Amino acid sequence: MAKIKMKKKSTSTDMTAMCDVAFLLLTFFILTATAKVPEALPVDMPSSVAQSKLPDTDLAIITIGKGADGKSKVFFDLKGREIRKKTLEGMGAKYGVTFSEDDKTKFALMDDFGVPLTNLKQIIDMKAADRTKANQPGIPIDSLDNQLKDWLLVSRRASIDLDDKELKIAIKGDAKEQYPQIKKIMDILQDQKINSFNLVTGTRGKDF
Amino acid sequence: MAELNTGDGGGGKGGKVRSKKQNSKVDLTAMVDLAFLLITFFMLTTSLSKPQAMDLSLPDKDPKTDEVPTKVDENRTMTVMLGADNKITYYMGLLATPKVGPKDIAYGKDGIRKELLTQKKAVLAYSTALGKPKNGIIVIIKPTKKSNYRNLVDILDEMAISGVETYAIVPEFSPEETKLIDKK
Repeated sequence: MAKIKMKKKSTSTDMTAMCDVAFLLLTFFILTATAKVPEALPVDMPSSVAQSKLPDTDLAIITIGKGADGKSKVFFDLKGREIRKKTLEGMGAKYGVTFSEDDKTKFALMDDFGVPLTNLKQIIDMKAADRTKANQPGIPIDSLDNQLKDWLLVSRRASIDLDDKELKIAIKGDAKEQYPQIKKIMDILQDQKINSFNLVTGTRGKDF
Repeated sequence: MAELNTGDGGGGKGGKVRSKKQNSKVDLTAMVDLAFLLITFFMLTTSLSKPQAMDLSLPDKDPKTDEVPTKVDENRTMTVMLGADNKITYYMGLLATPKVGPKDIAYGKDGIRKELLTQKKAVLAYSTALGKPKNGIIVIIKPTKKSNYRNLVDILDEMAISGVETYAIVPEFSPEETKLIDKK
């Protein structure tokens, strides 16, 4: 009997090309990804069906939420390094606090903060990991000491000076925050004739 | 396959030295697995991390004094009051002589949205009968002190979903309205 010999097939496939593509994509995604930094004031945003995304530049975000101690706090964040530097300069001049060049560089790389201006230097000097744990008291928004108003004013001016663009304002509120607190912020904005702003929300499911 | 050329460059002058043939194939399965895992991770995290933004435009806070306030047909207005504990009270027209309501209603698909769409259609029919088919419904949103931010965003969202173009946020209450809310 003649033996029929099965041709042995190699079971290993050539994966070089696949590997190449995989790593190319991986590199792309790593480079485009923006590292998520822990927020100084974590908030649970309400969701909506809004489709537009927040811009990356020329944006000021006002965060309203409850801190670890259960108090309502207001935090402020600016996007863009140059505008941050200029804003800090302007605020320092306004309140008579001097910031060194080193402080400004550090501030430009920081994220949101929530301290009165006099304490800002301490926050700047901290390490990034400590800032979130620092239990910042929030920016004063009372009628006597309304620093949020000044932050907004100075940053808007800085934005116009630098890029000749009107700064966009976004409100990022905690879902459980009471309406009067939100209203207070909207009033501060409207006092400066900012009648159009964004509300930052999460994404809602399809079948809502 | 990834093969590395490890042939010796024309050596062997004297005796033939045969270098041992090594298997130069490397198993790439594990590497590819890992790469795709990471790709999946980065793909999912980058697209989801960017938050959505909802546009909100408010009217000027201090209107010019010489402006005459525009009168609006009360048959077109729907007042939605956001109360405590995620409740909505709404009525059509004036509170003294309401066309519909005042009724309590819940948020969501089967609650306020259904009602909004019904009323929108009714108002459109009413306006068309008057010969002005462009006059749609006007929704007045009144958030009470006890309502929260989620309620506000939810109701604004409903406006976007049901296609109501004219709406205003008015946090002012008449004594009758206050009574109506406090009753609950």
